[in-house]
Amino acid sequence: MIALIDYGAGNLTSVGKALAHLDAPATTPTSPTDLASADGLIVPGVGNFEVTAALGADWRAAIDTHIAKGRPVLGICVGMQWLFDGSTEAPGHPGLALMPGTCSLITDQEAATSDQSRGASDRVGGRLKVPHVGWNTLRVTKPSWLLDGIDAGAQVYFTHSFAAPVTDDCVGATRYGMEFAAAVERDLVAGVQFHPEKSSDVGLRILRNFLQKAS
Amino acid sequence: MLSKRIIACLDVRDGSVVKGVNFEGLRHAGDPAELATRYNREGIDEVVILDITATIEKRKALADTIQAVAREIFLPLCVGGGIRGEEHAEAAIEAGADKVGINTAALAQPELITSLAKRYGSQAVIVAIDAKREAGRFKIYVRSGQQGTERDAVEWAQEAADRGAGEILLTSIDQDGTKTGFDCELTSAVSSAVPIPVIASGGAGTFDHFVDVFTTGQADAALAASIFHYSERAVADLKTHLRTHDIPVRIT
Repeated sequence: MIALIDYGAGNLTSVGKALAHLDAPATTPTSPTDLASADGLIVPGVGNFEVTAALGADWRAAIDTHIAKGRPVLGICVGMQWLFDGSTEAPGHPGLALMPGTCSLITDQEAATSDQSRGASDRVGGRLKVPHVGWNTLRVTKPSWLLDGIDAGAQVYFTHSFAAPVTDDCVGATRYGMEFAAAVERDLVAGVQFHPEKSSDVGLRILRNFLQKAS
Repeated sequence: MLSKRIIACLDVRDGSVVKGVNFEGLRHAGDPAELATRYNREGIDEVVILDITATIEKRKALADTIQAVAREIFLPLCVGGGIRGEEHAEAAIEAGADKVGINTAALAQPELITSLAKRYGSQAVIVAIDAKREAGRFKIYVRSGQQGTERDAVEWAQEAADRGAGEILLTSIDQDGTKTGFDCELTSAVSSAVPIPVIASGGAGTFDHFVDVFTTGQADAALAASIFHYSERAVADLKTHLRTHDIPVRIT
């Protein structure tokens, strides 16, 4: 059984539908003690980093226990950012600190040079639009269980303004004004900045990789 | 590189896709889920369900249709038409929509944009604008393009973005249904004025029209309906065409 953590920011419906499509039953635990029976945990999420504050010390302890039992966790979007130390979006709200680093606003750090062929720039009218919305290339940077079987150059669907830094935990990176971590993995803890539940076959494959770890 | 998105619009009435659909190859004529599945297979990037009768007849978008489509495809799904207030948006999102398009209601009560953005995140709030050229400016029409207003499309798009809209779905009333091309001037005027993505709509007739709207029009995404209905190769062929013009697209 997969537990989908609901902290009120949810794309729970979409993630739940994708899991149902993959024949993986999911529940939405109402209290941290419900996590004890979960084979895998998914922390979805959209919106502001601040919403993660809804998950207090008792939830954090239950997630730590789940990981200590050797069971996998997947954070999606803000759920992935939550795995880090925190985000400049909500400085007062620490993350789970399972991975070092702080998430920050996407900024245009790349000079407008090579990508200026006709219509082919990330800049529209000379500037970078933030949020980053749409399909972008996931560059696999390291072997991982999470991105197993994903082709080089596969595209996935993003919608976000803040992003995680490229660190040792990064297994897939994406460029938009700057390079950021699109997929991270440390042992059984993984996260994706994009929405696998909205990334068609590529996304379903990634969810299947997670389910395999959880079985 | 971020791809330019190609979005298919399903004009839905009473649970069926209507308006110039070639139903060849579909088992159930006009079935939205089946058509969406076909588009997904062909490589469409996103799907919009537009309940075309909803605004006029004050009906909400059909939850059953949304549910059926959301069960079959794992792509961003936007629902518009008849979203008059928070309860309609809630029903659409609970049925499986990722984004809701608000048009008439957003102009009538702009605070709806902010309250929906607070509740679901800006990425879920698309402000749809129907604009028509009048006296040298782009004037907004509401109620499915039937009622003129005094509002300017560029100014309203900026206000909508300030209020928390995540994207603008911009339809040219002049071009809609003509198949003579998008209104690139309108699209460019809005796209260069707002920090959020602009989806161009209205007028797609040839693949070159998409090239134009992504270059001259500075669009982030382009939406069409009938051009995709007629041929099972249309989406893939369009993307190949765009790629030969150096426009980044997702190839599946």
